[in-house]
Amino acid sequence: MLQKEIQREYYNKFVELVVEIAKWLGMYNSLPAIWWFIIASIVAALFFFFIIAVFALIAIYVERKVSGHVQDRLGPMETGWHGILQTLADTIKLFLKEDIIPAAVDRKLFILAPVIVFMTSLAVFVVFPFSEKFVVTELNIGILYVVAISTVVVPGIIMAGWSSNNKWSLFGAMRSAAQIVSYEIPVGLSIVCAVMAAGDLSMQGIVVKQAGGFWNWFIFSNPFTFVAFFIYFLASLAEVNRMPFDIPEAESELVAGYMTEYSGIRWAFFFLAEYGNMLAVSIIAVTLFLGGWQAPFPALEFIPGWLWFLCKTLFLVFVQIWMRWTLPRLRVDQLMYICWKVLTPFAFVCIFGGGLWQVLIK
Amino acid sequence: MQRYFLNIYIGIKTILIGMFITLKHMFTKSVTVQYPHKKLDIPERCRNLLLNKIEDCIGCYQCARACPVYCITMETIKAFEGENLGLTSDGSKKRLWIPVFDIDMAKCCYCGLCTYPCPTKCLIMTDKYEYSTYKRDNLIFHFTNVDAVKAAELREKDHIRKMEKEK
Repeated sequence: MLQKEIQREYYNKFVELVVEIAKWLGMYNSLPAIWWFIIASIVAALFFFFIIAVFALIAIYVERKVSGHVQDRLGPMETGWHGILQTLADTIKLFLKEDIIPAAVDRKLFILAPVIVFMTSLAVFVVFPFSEKFVVTELNIGILYVVAISTVVVPGIIMAGWSSNNKWSLFGAMRSAAQIVSYEIPVGLSIVCAVMAAGDLSMQGIVVKQAGGFWNWFIFSNPFTFVAFFIYFLASLAEVNRMPFDIPEAESELVAGYMTEYSGIRWAFFFLAEYGNMLAVSIIAVTLFLGGWQAPFPALEFIPGWLWFLCKTLFLVFVQIWMRWTLPRLRVDQLMYICWKVLTPFAFVCIFGGGLWQVLIK
Repeated sequence: MQRYFLNIYIGIKTILIGMFITLKHMFTKSVTVQYPHKKLDIPERCRNLLLNKIEDCIGCYQCARACPVYCITMETIKAFEGENLGLTSDGSKKRLWIPVFDIDMAKCCYCGLCTYPCPTKCLIMTDKYEYSTYKRDNLIFHFTNVDAVKAAELREKDHIRKMEKEK
């Protein structure tokens, strides 16, 4: 009941907001209704682009700082107070760089690849519930949409690797594709665990089911979803090619993997997509297992939901960074071993056990 | 089967151990020295930039001969009659004008061999190590107490003296 209300109330809230603004400005009748939908979509896309860009600026700085302190160094210190403007300076440098398209590449695919990779990392953001009020599109199959869209990154990466006409790029792309396709399975299965616990596929619906304190979050609600959270977290690291699963762009063997031939702004888009994915998998983990924008205690509900959401997401991002600077890179066979022989069977056990728990105990 | 679970157990355990070690290091003090703002003390007998205290130099060529890479270029002109070039700080009499005393720090291998034979201890290695420049010529350090005009004058006089001697 509650969930239905929420769906009705916040369905395409963002489009409604844009329409309301247009009506307030007295411009609504000047264009057909479909145009307002398109304008709302463009505004949403720009908004999420902005979010990813700002997040990348901060995350790169944090990553460099954390990596420095883990290794007893200081990290960037010169640009601004404690190097706080370092990523901004790097970004300006990237924009000013020459955009090189090597002579031997397949031009069309080479140009298209970063667009596809970035587009997929941008497209998943529309269904994320940032707070009880703010969700751009309340899809009733939200999580399915996320899983489906995030897989589209594979063609983009293969395009980048193949069109670069470079052995490192091709190896990187092949490894990346193999890795992402393999790790989709434990990711999908662990998501099924959470979906079974919620009985809902919509992201907002899943969050609403976890209301009322941290003991209701799916990570703590039963032991099987607890394991599923860690399966999801590990497998999602592999999906976004983060350490310790970063063999597609292993610097020491493949230079930079599928982005070897890219430079300047196109490379920046790959990089942005990487950090966007990092944010996206953290958001998914928070939404499915850590209660999304819900406060950990009912007494703390006066703090706005987006703040809780932000804190949880950034904490997971921090754990990702922390893990990256702790663990060494896996070998290809170890990677596949972990996926197929450890994570997948455990995820199946989680689904089975989680189902039994739902039927017998709840 | 037992090995499989043991493997997973060890994997998780070692990951947690590693993560806690790195967490601990995140809060330990960094060893970095913020170089241009803060400098480490240089050891007392370090070998860095060469310095010739030209007012003590007697132009004996010992250093130039000792140098294994020939980075010291010298030109000396014998003092003319009636000229008093003064004394060095340790009391030895200076008998030579030194219009050229160039040390090419780009060639220098910092062995310090030139400083040992110096009889007046005027060629020393200082603790200065920041002298990088944009031009290679700037690495040639000129030490002379004779300006260019005076040097040309001295050379001419010296030439005339030699010609006279040959006659």
